[in-house]
This record gives sequence, structure tokens and C-alpha cells, in this order.
Amino acid sequence: MSAATALPVPRLAEHGKVTQARVVLSEWTKLHTLRSTRWSLLAASVLTIGLPLLFASVLSSRWGHMSPQERAGHHHAPLNVALAGVNVSQLAIAVLGVLVLTGEYATGMIRATFSAVPRRLPVLWAKTVVYALVAFALMLPSVVIAFFASQAILARHDIEQISFSHPGVARTVIGGAVYLMLVGIFALAVGAIVRNTAGGIATFAAIFFVIPPLLNVLPTSWNNAINPYLPDSAGRSIFSLTHGAHSLAPAPGLAVFCGYTALVIAIAAVLLARRDTQ
Amino acid sequence: MSAVIEAHGLTKDYGDTRAVADLSFVVSPGMVTGFLGPNGAGKSTTMRLILGLDAPTAGDVTVNGTRYREFAAPLHEVGALLEARSVHTGRSAYHHLLALAQTHGIPKRRVRELIELVGLHEVAGKQAGGFSLGMGQRLGIAAALLGDPATLLLDEPVNGLDPEGIRWIRNLLKALAAEGRTVFVSSHLMSEVAQTADHLIVIGRGRLIADTSVDEFVLRASTSVVRVRSPQATRLRELVLGPEVSITDVEPGLLDISGLTAEQIGDLAAAHGLVLHELTPLQASLEEAFMELTREELEYRTGELPRESEDVAAA
Repeated sequence: MSAATALPVPRLAEHGKVTQARVVLSEWTKLHTLRSTRWSLLAASVLTIGLPLLFASVLSSRWGHMSPQERAGHHHAPLNVALAGVNVSQLAIAVLGVLVLTGEYATGMIRATFSAVPRRLPVLWAKTVVYALVAFALMLPSVVIAFFASQAILARHDIEQISFSHPGVARTVIGGAVYLMLVGIFALAVGAIVRNTAGGIATFAAIFFVIPPLLNVLPTSWNNAINPYLPDSAGRSIFSLTHGAHSLAPAPGLAVFCGYTALVIAIAAVLLARRDTQ
Repeated sequence: MSAVIEAHGLTKDYGDTRAVADLSFVVSPGMVTGFLGPNGAGKSTTMRLILGLDAPTAGDVTVNGTRYREFAAPLHEVGALLEARSVHTGRSAYHHLLALAQTHGIPKRRVRELIELVGLHEVAGKQAGGFSLGMGQRLGIAAALLGDPATLLLDEPVNGLDPEGIRWIRNLLKALAAEGRTVFVSSHLMSEVAQTADHLIVIGRGRLIADTSVDEFVLRASTSVVRVRSPQATRLRELVLGPEVSITDVEPGLLDISGLTAEQIGDLAAAHGLVLHELTPLQASLEEAFMELTREELEYRTGELPRESEDVAAA
């Protein structure tokens, strides 16, 4: 590494301004040039497709040994196998979402980012749009592949299948990808608020995995009244084929989950604009 | 291409700690301005305030009359190298610079040009997390120069650089200032700043201690103390007492006197028939002058007892 002798610094002919579109391009560069991003997204895709394949294979190989009652249980929820991966890959999507901002705080990159875009909010919008689009663009084909591949495996053993054209099936499958995208945005906003990777993941896990079972302690009537409106349950109804008395229909579920997501993004925006950079 | 950094009553509190206290200064274009102070004096905080990374508790700071947050194209106005690393460890040097460049529509050609300039071409594709301190500094300097800014803020730029790198930085800073740019460089080492700076802003405990040209500072530093050895030191001490004079008893019969020249002390002694065995103007080094200037600050931080001295002027 020899000391450069070319001095002074060459001049730059054109001077452009910061625009939202340029910040989006910059955030896209940031997202796809990190190895951790590529691994997390690969993991999410593999889990979304792989788990349904695994479950479908296990189910079809065991089908001959199952009792009629047991078989009936599986007949009632034909999409459970196809969308089984969504429950697991949401964790990879959430962790990566948290990291979109906490990774910058942990390494100090946030100082360079906010020096280049001192108004800050364009960075939050750009990160949200880029991550949401990337998550959806990867998760949509993943859930569709998971659906058709798992149905194909089940078909070989003449186990109950469900057609993509069956009412609600397309909505449910696509809903799985929409849910994952919204989870990603939610987690990104949590990361922007908490600014610490471990804290961000813990907060997300508390909201989605810890609070729901805690409500079981409450009287059933209370639990039934509150539970459908929790982020986790509301989000889940987006990719449920049927809904019971104590869960929301897909459209209200989507509306409620979008509402929560918009709320955390709004809190993140206010804090991001106001707080000192760590 | 002339920009002025202006701070007016700049104050920043972190909880109960006042990091910067009522700081006012002007940094002019066309020269290197050194920003000097011991570690913890508030230099980095001031830099962050200039960049709008932190919001001041009171007062304000502008570059070319505009608050940093209001710039439409900040990288073309101000290039900054912060003391704390500001690079994602998992991203390559090239992609780090590219992502920053893209926010302003700066072409890829410029990114490659700067990688070449700072001498990182061989490692541009490697993850920045594996960089040595010196390589990290070079990457930070490339980022600062990306937008061809009129103003440069560099926080301790020579940290971690080898002697060759230090020489490179010094020449670069001088060249940038010679082009008419505003160059504001912090350091906790007086000797380092004296090599490059034309003007000095010295702070301690968040307060302005001195705002002076380097020449003036050197002058003040090198003529301030006269060492006098005399068997009649006690009488001499009474003679030289005055409002502008301070005396340090180094040992019995040996005084360090500041506020008077060697000539004045010699004349005074002769007029009263006092014997002198030594009369030496001490050439205080820049480092010593700086230490003297910021001593109060250092004592406060380290909790050491002050050097045995007696400030006669206090009367």
C-alpha cells in the first residue's frame, strides 16, 4: 500500500442533489452487498420451501400407517403443510429486518449514512421500501413453489389436496408472502426504535411469541376478545384459509396488522429524526 | 469554493455532563485550522454537532451560513472523517463508497478514482471489518473526499497511520487548503497540529481556551518562562511580584518566573544588588505550552494533584 502521490484531489465535474430515488438505490446497494443479508434471505427461502416438502414427504410416507381419525385431522387443514415454512422463515425475515438498522448502529455506519442524508427520514423510507420489496419478491415465489411442490408430493399418495383455484387458496398463499413482508417492515421499525440488535430481536420475539401465550392466563372471554387483535394473530389471519369465531377474517386481519406496522414505522420516524446519533 | 464554519454559543449536554460549553469560533477557508484539546475536551462532540449527527442543547453551528441538516447535497459541501469508525464491517470498501456516492448521484468512476488516490485499490473488494486502523483511516478519507467538498472535517486523521501515511495526510491537507478549501482538523497532539495548521482553536473541558494563529501561539509559548537561580531567591521573589507575574518555586533557590523577560529580571536584580547564578529563558516546547494551557482540564480528568505552584498574581 504505497502512499498516493496524485495530489491534489481530482475535481468532480457534476454536483447532484440527494433525492429519494438516489437514497433508494444506495439502500439497495447496501442491502445486497452484505453477506449476512444474502444468507438470511437464502435461509428464509429454504425454510419456506423446504419445510413443506419435508412435512409433505413425512406425511405421505406415514399415510398408510395412520388411523382414520388421524387422517381426518390432516384433511381439515390442507394448506397447513404448504404454509408451514412461513412460521419459521418469519424469524429469519424478522432478524434481518432488525439488522437493517441495528447493523448500522453497531458498526457506526449510521454516522456515514446520516452524514450523506442528514434529513434522515429518506433513509428510513428507502430502507423500508427496499427491504419490503426484496422480502416480497423472494417470499412470493417461495410460498407458491412450496404450495405446488407439497401438493405434488401429497398427490402421489392420493392424500387430500387442494387446488390453487379453490376459493381463498390463492389469497392464502399470496397472503403468506404479504405477511412475511409486513413482518419484515415491522421488525425493521423495531430495530430503528431499539437501535440494538439483541434488544430489537428480543422486542420482536416478545411481541410475536411471548405475549400471545401469556394471555392464556386471562379469563377465556378476555383472551378471546383481545387475542384476535394482537399483531401475531391479526397477521396470521392473512394466510389462514378459514377463520374461527375468535380470529379475524383475512381483510380485517390485514388491516389491523398494517395498522400496527404503520404505527411502529411512525414511532421509528419520529425518534429517528429527533434523537442524537449514537 | 470558500466556506466558513461558524459556531455561536454552541453547547451540548449529555445527561448531566456538559460536553461542549458556549463555544464560539470561526473557521476560515484557504488554510488548515487545527482543533486542539486533550482527549475528552469535546472535539468529537463539536464535529458531530457540525454534521448534525447530534443536536446542540443551545447555540448553533453553520457551514457557509447553512445548518448541515438543511443542505440539499451535503457531501458536496462538507466531507467528514469521524474519529469513531463509520463503516459497516461486512461491506467491501468499494461498496461502502459506492453506497455513499449513490445518495448524490456521484458516478462509479469517482469511487474508483478515490480508492486509487488513497491507495486502497488492492483491498477495495475486501470486507472493511478486516482493515487495519490505517486502512480504515484511508477509507474514511476517501469517503470524505467523495463529493469534492469545499469544507473538510477530519477528527484525529493521523490515528493509526504509519509515518508515511502521516506525511501523506499532512501534504494532502495543505494541498486541499491551498486550493481554497476550509480544512478543520482535530488532534490531541500539539506537535501534530503544528506541522500542518495555520490557525489554532484550542478547547478544554468543552470551553474555548485559545483562538490564535500558530505563529502567535509559538511565540507565546517559547518566551513565557524564565528560570532564575539565586542564593537570594526570597528577596528576588518579593522584587518581581506584580499583577502579571507568576512564580513557581522549583526548589530552594530556583524560581521559574513568567510574565517578565530575562532582561527585566536581570536589570531588577542588578539594581538591587542581588546575585544571580542562572538566568535562562526556557524554550517551552509547543507540547509543553499546550499542556500548560490545558493543564486544568487534565487535572480535573485524572484527579491528580496540581503541580506545586503558587500563583502570586491571584492577589
